[in-house]
Amino acid sequence: MIDFEKVKQTVGGKKITLGAVLKSDGSTVATKTGGWRSLRPVTDFSKCVKCGNCWTFCPDASYKKNEKGYFEVNLDYCKGCGICSEVCPVKCISMVREEK
Amino acid sequence: MTKKVMEASHAIAEAIKMIEPDVIAAYPITPQTHIVERLSDFVADGELKSQYINVDSEFSALSACIGASATGCRAYSSTSSQGLALMFELLFITSGMRLPVCMSEVNRALSAPINIWNDHQDAISCRDSGWLQFYVETGQEAFDLSLMQFKISEDKDVLLPSMVCMDGFTLSHVYEPVDITTKKLVEDFVPRYKPVHAVLDPEQPLTQGPIGFPSEYMEIRYAQCAALNNSIKTIEKVFKGFSDKFPVQIKNSRPERYYHVEEYQLHDAEIAFVAMGSMCGTIKDVVDRLRNRGEKVGLLKLITYRPFPKDAIKKSLKGIKKIAVLEKAISPGVGGVLCDEIAGVLYKTDTQPDIRSFIVGFGGRDVKLDHIEKIYEMTKNDKGSKEEWMF
Repeated sequence: MIDFEKVKQTVGGKKITLGAVLKSDGSTVATKTGGWRSLRPVTDFSKCVKCGNCWTFCPDASYKKNEKGYFEVNLDYCKGCGICSEVCPVKCISMVREEK
Repeated sequence: MTKKVMEASHAIAEAIKMIEPDVIAAYPITPQTHIVERLSDFVADGELKSQYINVDSEFSALSACIGASATGCRAYSSTSSQGLALMFELLFITSGMRLPVCMSEVNRALSAPINIWNDHQDAISCRDSGWLQFYVETGQEAFDLSLMQFKISEDKDVLLPSMVCMDGFTLSHVYEPVDITTKKLVEDFVPRYKPVHAVLDPEQPLTQGPIGFPSEYMEIRYAQCAALNNSIKTIEKVFKGFSDKFPVQIKNSRPERYYHVEEYQLHDAEIAFVAMGSMCGTIKDVVDRLRNRGEKVGLLKLITYRPFPKDAIKKSLKGIKKIAVLEKAISPGVGGVLCDEIAGVLYKTDTQPDIRSFIVGFGGRDVKLDHIEKIYEMTKNDKGSKEEWMF
């Protein structure tokens, strides 16, 4: 086991670890990458067939199933790559420019 | 003590056998081949319990070592020239992730034109990669440094990769008497690696090699550079410990006491040669000849090159009036690399010595006694330019 307190050091007022090793739990949740996005996926749930392709293929694991069985995107992490829109069999996800 | 006449490459293989890396990953390339062939023999014959990974390239070799080391085990590789060049990207990743991978680097010229013989351009071109670099003169030093590099790299205050650089052919394929000591003593001296930051443990999942945002990258690089600078103390400690535990068995096969630099006839010298690697043996012969003629000349040999032993160099060259740096690598457009660095160290010191760069031995060109005598005459009589190519 690694004692993270031991491998931490303070440089320029910042706590860093040896070789930038991270405890895996939580670090990807803390870093919100949604701000990188220029296109936003918008799902038309009236056409959605709940197949889950968007959930399967999302490289950032941004989709989550809601209680009705539909898949909703979490815009805190979606980088707007558009893969969900590409793989949707009924073409119900459209990519919309952020400024609109 | 076991005194044997053996090839320097085989001496390194014997050292690595005693060290028992958990993983060896290497791709054969001239003139490194005799090391890895011997190691794969050891593994195939059951004499060495390492996992030997046959890979498709040097890029894969170092990648495998990084992966292995990231799980917390001891990893080793060896390469030369184009192989090291192919590893270039991964050299920085190894040091950035603070993985103590150890390597034997058999110095060979870089293409083009293609050339399999010795110079230092390959390793010197990787001097900024954050690896520790040591240069050896003899088979004995190659053996000893190959043991010491693990103890240094794996020290909890260092945790950086290291390469022991040995001249291709002029040393790697030369037979010399080597004291290969005993495995028991080596095990006492270099204990098993106990990782403090990189382990494979399902109970504690980790992310290694993550993205470093502009908000943290600079601090992480600072910590890495500080570790390399501070490693100078650990190296000194390990050199001292080794010299105590393993006294010289074969006369002139290595320095009496290991240190970052070796001084040869420097005590009252007015003119000094500075060099690294196997050519130091030839230079020592010339120093003896010149001393017999009453010339006050000596040699400063660098063993530690990264971290650059600034204080040791300053101390050794104190009071020297003229310095001739012999080097087998160049930074085109600037000149001799080592000469520049030595000049930098000596800037604003009292004596302000005259420093000249002599480019020798590229692509396996012999560095002869005559070359070195000529270099001495030129330095003494202020002949030639600041950078001379000795063809």
